[in-house]
Amino acid sequence: MPSYVILEKCDGCKALDKTACQYICPNDLMVLNKDTMKAYNREPELCWECYNCVKICPVDAIEVRGYADFVPMGATVSPMRGSDSIMWTVKFRNGNLKRFKFPIRTTEEGTAVPDGGYDEGEGDLNSPYLFTEPQSVEADFFKLNK
Amino acid sequence: MADFETVKVETDVLIVGGGMSACGAAVEAAYWAKKNGLKVTMVDKAATDRSGAVAMGLSAINQYVDLKGGKNTVKDYVDYVRNDLMGITREDLVANIARHVDSTVHLFEKWGLPIWKDEEGNYVHEGRWQVMINGESYKVVIAEAAKNALGIDNLYERVFIVEPIVVDGRCVGAAGFSVRDQKFYVFHAKTVLVGMGGAVHVFKPRSTGEGLGRAWYPPWNTGSSLYFTLRAGAEQTCQEVRFIPVRFKDGYGPVGAWFLLFKSRATNAMGGEYMVERRDELENWAPYGKVKPIPANLRNWLGMLDIMEGKGPIFMRTEEAMAKIADAYKDDPKGYKKKRKELENEAWEDFLDMTISQALLWAATDVQPEERSSEIAAAEPYFIGSHSGASGAWVSGPEDIQSDDTKGEYFWGYTNMTTVPGLFAAGDASGASSHKFSSGSHAEGRIAGKAAVKYAVENHDAPPIPDHVIENLKATMLRPLEIYEQHVQETSDVEINPEYLRPKMFMFRLQKIMDEYAGGVSSQFTTNRAQLERALELLGYLKQDADKLAAGDLHELMRCWENIQRLWQAEAHVRTILFREETRWPGYYFRADTPTMDENNWLAFANTKWHADSGEWEMIKRPVKYIFKEA
Ligand SMILES: Cc1cc2nc3c(=O)[nH]c(=O)nc-3n(C[C@H](O)[C@H](O)[C@H](O)COP(=O)(O)OP(=O)(O)OC[C@H]3O[C@@H](n4cnc5c(N)ncnc54)[C@H](O)[C@@H]3O)c2cc1C
Ligand code: SF4
Ligand code: SF4
Repeated sequence: MPSYVILEKCDGCKALDKTACQYICPNDLMVLNKDTMKAYNREPELCWECYNCVKICPVDAIEVRGYADFVPMGATVSPMRGSDSIMWTVKFRNGNLKRFKFPIRTTEEGTAVPDGGYDEGEGDLNSPYLFTEPQSVEADFFKLNK
Repeated sequence: MADFETVKVETDVLIVGGGMSACGAAVEAAYWAKKNGLKVTMVDKAATDRSGAVAMGLSAINQYVDLKGGKNTVKDYVDYVRNDLMGITREDLVANIARHVDSTVHLFEKWGLPIWKDEEGNYVHEGRWQVMINGESYKVVIAEAAKNALGIDNLYERVFIVEPIVVDGRCVGAAGFSVRDQKFYVFHAKTVLVGMGGAVHVFKPRSTGEGLGRAWYPPWNTGSSLYFTLRAGAEQTCQEVRFIPVRFKDGYGPVGAWFLLFKSRATNAMGGEYMVERRDELENWAPYGKVKPIPANLRNWLGMLDIMEGKGPIFMRTEEAMAKIADAYKDDPKGYKKKRKELENEAWEDFLDMTISQALLWAATDVQPEERSSEIAAAEPYFIGSHSGASGAWVSGPEDIQSDDTKGEYFWGYTNMTTVPGLFAAGDASGASSHKFSSGSHAEGRIAGKAAVKYAVENHDAPPIPDHVIENLKATMLRPLEIYEQHVQETSDVEINPEYLRPKMFMFRLQKIMDEYAGGVSSQFTTNRAQLERALELLGYLKQDADKLAAGDLHELMRCWENIQRLWQAEAHVRTILFREETRWPGYYFRADTPTMDENNWLAFANTKWHADSGEWEMIKRPVKYIFKEA
């Protein structure tokens, strides 16, 4: 059933105009049931288990149960994504646990400026230089070694 | 569909897609457009923060040339790509991307992507060209720079693009619909840049239950790039060059780190190593088979020969690789403990950053990689011209890299423009320039983005779109909704109706044809002329039945068009395999009636073009001309 929603936890994103899981799913799978105000995955067999809905849900209401046609039952993989790192808890079928923490970005959210702090570059519309080049190549640009 | 509003958007540079190449295009085009007083608009079917093949994240940047470090040259990269594609490559395009890709990677780092560094502060390499990253938020960071460059008002999300709009032979826009509200969109522009990725689910995947969606390639890229550029009249190239990755079986977790970083071997059921035992087979594919690294498709092929002889399963010997590393530390137990922890982290992060299903599968089968091996297998065929495939539009190369010999053939004015004036392509959308991966696709998007602005500046009068064109497009695009509404009440089951076909069943029919006749998994990637001709016949019926697709809502309307796009991708593929009368990439597909490589006749590009006026397909052979290769 790839991603699924724990009904007790989902609050329909408090009836804001768009729910977080519906906003993010790259395959347009998550929808809100307007009667119950709970979200659900409308086509579990087209879910990539990308976990983007899991990571974004503000109340941790979404989990993933591995594809039933090849994944034995009982294991879970659960993320907790912060602003600069992500924590993973991997629970094995035999009950073993592993935890991992990895960085996810080195700058503050929202601060990626297009030029990355490089000069705007030496090119014009007709030259092969792109915006920020040659500085951003940090090497001799035209050395193709033909 | 009277209650559908038609929304018209006027812009100068239109970018369709929001993935790696489109985000590169946005950053670059926004800069040059601002200087020239032009407007740039981007349209994505999903939320750009998490759209395209990098939506889940990645664990490595696969193209970094490191001109700064001085160990590699642009020529080295071109040599690598040419050989991996068995000689069929556009050196001008590959070189152009290679000279810009480092700039792109450096920008990624400044934007906030964590790239692994060693003690001296140099990037940690997985292989010669690959650098390791903490890439869970790779796409989020790249999208952020693109959005900051564009301005949020110039981004349309959840608009699904279907058709190109061509007026007087020039591409001046695109049409699509919102999957959120009842809105039909027409974008009118001076130039259009396509970056809508590759295609999956054209072939039947190995898992067909809940696991249907767990293809290696993400289910949301459906051949929109091919459909759009082909229907605009753009010549296509390498549409026969599909990609079949060998990955950890079923979860499709990456194997690169195991092969390259941990130096693992792969062995068969008898313990034999196909890369050693079948070395002689490589002679049959010389000169390419004899160069290092051995081309991806030939590595596949040697493993497939084992499988066909009943020697499967093939195992990645993780336990052996880990033991070898442990051995190196046998006099230093403390150092070993630390190293082991490090390796364990690296192995799991490799999955958790980009293929979480594989981590789940390992946990569900209690796999400890240091204790036992894991199965690897060939997936099904995909269309991803930016990776180890090559399918895509035939585009102009840059002028300054051409030789006298190539200029007439490979250059026509604007870099990365297709054969249709005003229509540009990058990433999976442009062909014969494989191995660009995430970083090279972004770099190519930048190249194309700048060229598109130049085109818009020099060709500022875009002809208007006649009203009847808009009305026709709207009627055709929304027809599946009408068909459903008209007939849904007539039978006892909404799924089963003699008047219509639902998109999922349409997809299954397509997948069955491709699987059985065009060299899918169940035919062990083998086909021949008679099978391909039969495939075309059956695809023909399916194409007619596409007029009977029915959609109950906007989401299903998108599914209808996604599957029509897949169908066109399938047809382009079958026709091009049929045209190339040889077998050149045996680990991608094998033509049993022409089982060997024919360098004399087929060291050439197999191109195709669809003519809108007659509905005919034209097949075109174009010469492969090298710029960098030494004679
Ligand atoms: C499983 C996997 C692993 C990979 N691993 C690596 C790796 O480790 N390192 C590496 O460097 N590269 C890797 N790659 C390659 C890399 O992801 C691609 O090369 C790159 O994403 C191609 O960029 P693109 O812009 O062509 O397509 P994408 O990035 O896929 O973007 C396509 C965009 O088009 C949009 N779109 C699609 N259809 C429509 C439509 N009809 N209307 C509007 N928008 C549409 C999508 O929403 C998306 O925004 C991997 C790819 C895959 C699939
Ligand atoms: S994001 Fe979470 S809380 Fe919001 S609708 Fe989805 S499942 Fe419910
Ligand atoms: S896991 Fe990914 S594909 Fe599946 S529903 Fe969630 S966001 Fe969509």
